[in-house]
Amino acid sequence: MRQIAVYGKGGIGKSTTTQNTVAGLAEAGYKCLIIGCDPKADSTRLILNKKAQATVMDLARERGTVEDLELHEVLLTGFKGIQCAESGGPEPGVGCAGRGVITAINFLEENGAYSSNPDFVFYDVLGDVVCGGFAMPIREGKAKEIYIVTSGEMMAMYAANNIARGVLKYAQSGGCRLGGLICNSRKTDKEFELISELARMLNTQMIHFVPRDNEVQRAELRRQTVIEYAPEHAQADEYRTLAKKIADNKDFVIPTPITMDELEKLLMDFGILDSEAAA
Amino acid sequence: MSTAIDDTRKIIDEVLEAYPEKVRKARARHLAPNDPAGSCASCKIQKSNIKSRPGVMTVRGCAYAGAKGVVFGPVKDQICISHGPVGCGSYSWASRRNYYNGETGVNAFGTMAFTTDFQEKDIVYGGDKGLDAAISEINGLFPLAKGISILSECPVGLIGDDIESVAKKKAKELNLNIVPVRCEGFRGVSQSLGHHIANDSIRDHMLGKGKLEKTTPYDVVLMGDYNIGGDAWVARKILEEMGLRVIAQWTGDGTVNEIGNAPKAKLILIHCYRSMNYICRHMEETYGTPWVEFNFFGPTKIIGSIRKIAEQFDNSIREKAEAVIARYQPMMDAVIAKYRPRLEGKKVMLFVGGLRPRHTIGAYEDLGMEIVATGYEFAHDDDYTRTYPLMKEGALIMDDASEYELEEFTHRVRPDLVGAGIKEKYTYHKMGVPFRQMHSWDYSGPYHGFDGFGVFARDMDAAVNSPTWSLIRRRK
Repeated sequence: MRQIAVYGKGGIGKSTTTQNTVAGLAEAGYKCLIIGCDPKADSTRLILNKKAQATVMDLARERGTVEDLELHEVLLTGFKGIQCAESGGPEPGVGCAGRGVITAINFLEENGAYSSNPDFVFYDVLGDVVCGGFAMPIREGKAKEIYIVTSGEMMAMYAANNIARGVLKYAQSGGCRLGGLICNSRKTDKEFELISELARMLNTQMIHFVPRDNEVQRAELRRQTVIEYAPEHAQADEYRTLAKKIADNKDFVIPTPITMDELEKLLMDFGILDSEAAA
Repeated sequence: MSTAIDDTRKIIDEVLEAYPEKVRKARARHLAPNDPAGSCASCKIQKSNIKSRPGVMTVRGCAYAGAKGVVFGPVKDQICISHGPVGCGSYSWASRRNYYNGETGVNAFGTMAFTTDFQEKDIVYGGDKGLDAAISEINGLFPLAKGISILSECPVGLIGDDIESVAKKKAKELNLNIVPVRCEGFRGVSQSLGHHIANDSIRDHMLGKGKLEKTTPYDVVLMGDYNIGGDAWVARKILEEMGLRVIAQWTGDGTVNEIGNAPKAKLILIHCYRSMNYICRHMEETYGTPWVEFNFFGPTKIIGSIRKIAEQFDNSIREKAEAVIARYQPMMDAVIAKYRPRLEGKKVMLFVGGLRPRHTIGAYEDLGMEIVATGYEFAHDDDYTRTYPLMKEGALIMDDASEYELEEFTHRVRPDLVGAGIKEKYTYHKMGVPFRQMHSWDYSGPYHGFDGFGVFARDMDAAVNSPTWSLIRRRK
């Protein structure tokens, strides 16, 4: 069982990329489990083809405590037998979503969500590593493999570097490793080269460059992955390739995060940031 | 330097010997031999009100304890909600013995406990909806409650519950005084910050809102008396016999209205300086209400305080004050005649909160007892400055002492009586050392005022001279 956590800047396409990739893995015959660690609970809709599944925390709130839940109520099966669970959590601005992630993962673990022994468990984690709760998937030796979704936009790269810092901390204490950067293209200038170079500086690889294609949006509107909606489409093959690369990946490293200055220099070297703008 | 100071310094060094160097250095700044004259520069507590050393047991409490247990808990017609998981509210339930008049559950709520009882879901989704519901429920069940205070426990600060907006909304909806108090336990280094936070909450949400039909030139506030075992009642009795009118008791047996009308007083009389000095300074600056410290432990200090208070007023009060002193003098003489021979020369070690380590010294001395060591859990520099002149040269002064230090000092200073709190009590019993709880008066009291002195003397005699101690072997 390989446990994999996917991080990245908010809105970068973590959930979309994760679900499409997992669909690719499932299609290739792997048994997969996705655990959404985001109060928005949108990590499984493309697999389950429904709006939003019942989350662990929402049901716990309804019933009173998490002990009142049954696993089958929150662990659902979707496309190609992929199992799905969502931690759930509060609306923005109240409570503690991080604690929700901890509670939900503990519940899933204690109640045997992993007992079917899937080949892959994917944790789709909200935004940046904002607090201890969102680091839960990479603590205590859960996910040993981490992928960071980014693009050629500066703030996405900045977030990727920040996440690498979090990974570094838990690499030393919990033994997690960075498996690579996934570039979810925004069609920015020299994006492929830029992210390849950022990956090199972080001591890792750009495991795949996912080109931008509106087929993804068309599939999403129908609550499907591209692989389900348009299996013959070229974009479906991109996700199949990414899935295969992850399945075959042996390149797990302790990242070497860079400084803000180094990041700006990188952008200048690629002619994306003028020296005046940086100064 | 005197031999008394040298001897005590030697004891301090011996006790500190057991610590690793870093801790030894740090703790040395919290221990000193007393020099009442102030000529010895090193005879001072150099550090106080700072974080306790990790690894040594401290006796201190937390900000929640200071705000709920000390300040808001005794307000009898206000309901304190312990906002958070059940433990804090449960363990602080009616544990401070602040007496009150009234019908519990009808118009007074001192011995009742209310909590929002956080579950996992409240942490994740926020506790403000539960708080809103709890306030409505309280208002329905206890319509005579004049106010509600929301005491934040630690998790509330972590998850950022907006208790201020809940308080504001419900106060308007129910036409009720509701005070949000940000006294999360992890804030500050001891309960002392909780007192300050509570003072600020009173300032922002209660002060000046009380009604007082008419004022007189003799209106005073009895400040910083929490009515432990009835202390405030006997203190009030003296003030009233002096011709003064107590318009507010803060906060022992006090009410929401009294807290609100305090600025209308002519003078504020503050007993517990540590916990209430902040609001006194505020009232002085904002309303021009003067304040004066006083001490109602033991006849010497009581009589001194009566005269000091009377001086702030006209002759009619001064005359009545003298009459009060004359009336009680024989009663005090009788107490001393009875107990002094049994207690004369006995040595006392104290370790209490922020006031009593200095304020009770006079009462012991009235009984012929000597304070050989005293210490505070959470005093600040200004408390120590007030302490030095009251103690003999070479007496031991301690700040935030650890359990280890208390035990070792006891063996070396060899007091005949130790006065501290519940956490120390049973250790001392096992050590075979007579002990009195000086936070809660050991289920006794009152100890304030003329009426309290007889109780105090009786209790100290009962502790020191109990035949029990001869049956327990004490370390040589």
